Amino acid sequence: MSLSLSILLTIALAPLVGSILAGLFGKVIGRAGAHTATILGVAIACGLSFYVLYQLVWGGAQNFNQDVYTWFEIGRFHASVGFMVDRLTAMMMVVVTFVSLLVHLYTIGYMADDPGYQRFFSYISLFTFSMLMLVMSNNFMQLFFGWEAVGLVSYLLIGFWYKRPTAIFANLKAFLVNRVGDFGFLLGISAILYFLGTLDYQTAFNHAPELVGKTLQITQNHAWDAATVIGVLLFIGAMGKSAQVPLHVWLPDSMEGPTPISALIHAATMVTAGIFMVARMSPLFELTDAALSFILVIGSTTALFTGLIGIVQNDIKRVIAYSTLSQLGYMTVALGVSAYNGAVFHLMTHAFFKALLFLGAGSVIIGMHHEQDMRYMGGLRKYMPVTWITMWIGSLALAGTPFFAGFYSKDAIIEAVGESHRWGAGYAYFCVLAGVFVTSLYSFRLLYMTFHGKERFTVAHGHGHAHAAHAKHDQPHDEDHADTHKEDAHHTPGVLEHAPHESPWVVTVPLVLLAIPSIAIGFLTVGPMLFGDWFGKAIHVNEANNVLGELAHEFHGALAMGLHGFTAAPFWLAFAGFAVATYVYLFNPSVADKAKSALKPVYEVLNHKYWIDELYFAVFAKGGVKLGEGLSKVGDAAIIDGAIVNGSASLVQRIAGGARRLQSGFLFHYAFAMILGLILLLGGYWLIGQ
Amino acid sequence: MSNHLLSLLIWLPVVGAIPVLLAGAGRPGLARWISLLVAVATFAASLALLPAYDAATGTLQLGESLSWIPSLGINYSLAVDGISVALIILTTFVQILVIVGAWEIIQNKPHQYMAAMLVLEGLMIGVFCATDALLFYVFFEAMLIPMFILIGIWGGPRRVYATLKFFIYTFFGSIFMLVGLIYLYHKTGGSFAIADMANVHLTLTEQAWLFFAFLLGFAIKVPMVPVHTWLPDAHVEAPTGGSVVLAAVMLKIGGYGFLRFSLPITPDASHEFAWLVIVLSLIAVCYIGYIALVQQDMKKLVAYSSIAHMGFVTLGIFIAFLLVRDSNNPDAARLGMQGAMVQMISHGFISGAMFTCIGVLYDRMHTRQIKDYGGVINVMPIFAPFYVLFAMANSGLPGTSGFVGEFMVILASFSANPWIALFGAFTLIIGAAYTLWMVKRVLWGDIKNKHVAELKDVNGREIFVLSAFAAGVLVLGIWPEPLVHLMDASVARIVEQLAITKV
Repeated sequence: MSLSLSILLTIALAPLVGSILAGLFGKVIGRAGAHTATILGVAIACGLSFYVLYQLVWGGAQNFNQDVYTWFEIGRFHASVGFMVDRLTAMMMVVVTFVSLLVHLYTIGYMADDPGYQRFFSYISLFTFSMLMLVMSNNFMQLFFGWEAVGLVSYLLIGFWYKRPTAIFANLKAFLVNRVGDFGFLLGISAILYFLGTLDYQTAFNHAPELVGKTLQITQNHAWDAATVIGVLLFIGAMGKSAQVPLHVWLPDSMEGPTPISALIHAATMVTAGIFMVARMSPLFELTDAALSFILVIGSTTALFTGLIGIVQNDIKRVIAYSTLSQLGYMTVALGVSAYNGAVFHLMTHAFFKALLFLGAGSVIIGMHHEQDMRYMGGLRKYMPVTWITMWIGSLALAGTPFFAGFYSKDAIIEAVGESHRWGAGYAYFCVLAGVFVTSLYSFRLLYMTFHGKERFTVAHGHGHAHAAHAKHDQPHDEDHADTHKEDAHHTPGVLEHAPHESPWVVTVPLVLLAIPSIAIGFLTVGPMLFGDWFGKAIHVNEANNVLGELAHEFHGALAMGLHGFTAAPFWLAFAGFAVATYVYLFNPSVADKAKSALKPVYEVLNHKYWIDELYFAVFAKGGVKLGEGLSKVGDAAIIDGAIVNGSASLVQRIAGGARRLQSGFLFHYAFAMILGLILLLGGYWLIGQ
Repeated sequence: MSNHLLSLLIWLPVVGAIPVLLAGAGRPGLARWISLLVAVATFAASLALLPAYDAATGTLQLGESLSWIPSLGINYSLAVDGISVALIILTTFVQILVIVGAWEIIQNKPHQYMAAMLVLEGLMIGVFCATDALLFYVFFEAMLIPMFILIGIWGGPRRVYATLKFFIYTFFGSIFMLVGLIYLYHKTGGSFAIADMANVHLTLTEQAWLFFAFLLGFAIKVPMVPVHTWLPDAHVEAPTGGSVVLAAVMLKIGGYGFLRFSLPITPDASHEFAWLVIVLSLIAVCYIGYIALVQQDMKKLVAYSSIAHMGFVTLGIFIAFLLVRDSNNPDAARLGMQGAMVQMISHGFISGAMFTCIGVLYDRMHTRQIKDYGGVINVMPIFAPFYVLFAMANSGLPGTSGFVGEFMVILASFSANPWIALFGAFTLIIGAAYTLWMVKRVLWGDIKNKHVAELKDVNGREIFVLSAFAAGVLVLGIWPEPLVHLMDASVARIVEQLAITKV
């Protein structure tokens, strides 16, 4: 049994067809038509993705690698569109389409009243297509296509509510910061073509060992190692897409987009593209310790320092956004110690529990009638029990509680870092351990502030309001919000028009369906995926770097690993975070304020996110405009047009003016000139004659 | 018929302009329909080039030759290779859209406007077909006249300044080229055939003089920094159709000139001074990018963006010298030069589309100032996706044509020198910055003022024009191979010639 091209084409194109139907013919097919078409498309893709995974794992199917059509062919260079499907790809396909399908379903409830309903479905299906093209690609050109295409959709979705000034600022920022990453990425691809002469993955991997010893001449007497240049440049692309420090600034702002896409794009799938890419390119990265050390340091910095910011956020979505940054940092750290399996494994578990947390936050936001500030929440557990329980499951998984999905993946990463001897591993080990405490602290803080403790909101019209009367308000109406700000005139913070309520089934069912893998997926798959040879040749690790292989000797099943987890340092760090959060946010809320004033400088630094946004805005945005204005005034206006163009025009005018004076119209002037000329001419002949 | 296909392509629109003029001001409807008919017929005839031209060999084909001025050895000789075929089809395609685009927009002497457009079309096709240098020169210069008229009559308030600047700038450049051609005429012993000029033996000094003569002529046309300042002025004052033709086709003639003259006639000087052109191209990408960023006028912004994107054309052509002669990597040279050619065609679609979009807005608001807009998407929901698509193409998004050429040129230039690729790739950031910042201020946001609130969405005619451009942008972006294949053998031949030294 082998995979057929038609199945893979169907997987990729079904969401695209749905997207086109909803996007171009949204008016004709209506709301129901739009969500039916797109959900059908994604459901087909999801079903077939599971089928492909099944065939590869249990059906004995061979890996698939085939071009679909030639994109260009020039001399020995060619680029094509094609698919490479192995277990790594298949796992990504399943994660992408499964989360996407649930998000599509959820959107029916979340966006029910939005005028841009069809447009939204069209975008998320287009995203699914783009992401599938990215993960299924068998070459760098198509990878870059998918890479930028998901960026485009992200741009469109962050700015979905285009009337909001903050949304259209955030989407431009996201696109441009990503372009900085893509700048490096494109140069990395160019370097691969230069050194390996191909854009095809398999050919590049086959020839990768030839990179050893090759260098790139940077200046006359300075050369860099070829593999390191390629590794660092490709990883710069990953830093943009996977929001690693210092290109992380766009991700928190991307929360301006509707919550379903925060879950799908900015947590579960698109932002993990960088992680996937590095894992996919493992044969290249394994050649360069320097680039991997670079990855390790960047990843561990991201893991700890963005997590710290999460502690001081009050917007429920922003807490989760910083948590995403921090978890992406963990994945990057895993890549940095050559634990590619660990990174991809954490990518998968994270996709489930983080999508769950975001969708849960969306459910809270609906229930709270568009309040996102946790300071005006509290005690919601009795109003929305399903959301409450599933959010707890997601947070326990995130915090790394033994037996939950996140435990297996995160614990493995931490152990792998501890095992690694790569330059930077010591720093990374500190960061990832400290990060465990931080993760746990902000996770439980979020739960307590949202679901527990006293209600910090009041209901203006009383609880007895007939449900039918405010049914319309159950649904998001962010569109109206766009006109004014969140804290507008008719919305006093902490005053709700109606009591909070549980969300409709289209919202809660996806929560439950995500809660199941958040609990169980790690337990079920840790053995083969992390310590077995599940990925086969898809991921290549040099024997000397194989930290997971070392750890595999100590692995005696998921149960033993879970039990052992209770005695290990990460668990107790997480427990400490839990304890602090419980004391501060559940039992003694005044401590939080005291701590805030006692640690004011620290709080300020975190609250201002280390002033990185301000710095970038001043240097790159304002500085760029200033530079442009300066160049425009000096270069184009003053020098080229002023001095040269108009200058030569006025020079011509002056010469012409002089010449005009000669033509005075007086006969004696002309006569004089004639005589003078005659003398000169004759004189000249005479001189020549001599 | 088929052996006079090129003549037909040149003269059909020129002769077709006569009945358009005869229809007169009294019957504008008739004038419009005749000109559309002529443009469509020319487009159809240009499509006949595809089966007639054999892309496998890449030679000059479909040649015709008539003695024109025998005493001076000047011939009316035409022939095309893959590159010319692509550019001719681009020209005829864009021309239809320009005529449809001007349909009810040009109310002042529409028959003359349409006629000028058709004459211009014929002359531009002539440039792409001419194999006799003087014939080329005649078309090259004659082309200025209809464009001069288009800007001078249907242009904006500062049209006199703009037309003069445009005319003198380009005329100034081409005078040097003419001197160079006359010199070569003497060297060949009385032939203006470009092929003869390419075969003539020239010392490096001679080549250097000729190289700079050609450089002045073509660099102004492209335009390259620092001789670019006529373009923004010309665009701002030109009517929409004039801008579209100017950006989509006329600028390409500069790039085309480099291929036809500088490369084969002065290969060693071109190699010697390739660094100069490369540096100027990179300046175009980076420096012009920053200047585009701060433009207040949408048309100026897109005009500057054109200069930056044309930088990839000259870059792709001239890195070929480094790759062939210094790195001995002819395949990468072909990649870069193909990138330059694809970029020319792609820029034809994208710039044409961007200027059409701005025209659509200008026709309604009578302003091109970015600050007068804001929240256009709220009132023009059909127009907005087109605008975003073309902006994304202008930012080089993969899947659109804007990506293909730049991708190829950057890939190739890394093989020449990674620093060139580094500065070239900067377009990813700055190109997106100036384009999408404009989109943000014009399209997104809440309705800015009552004029924006009263905007009407695009009508069927405008949707047709925008859709045609969109089709070009997407088809070329998704599947560039047919275009690449059409030009590949011709590009390979040019690259082969580069390797052969003349001194």
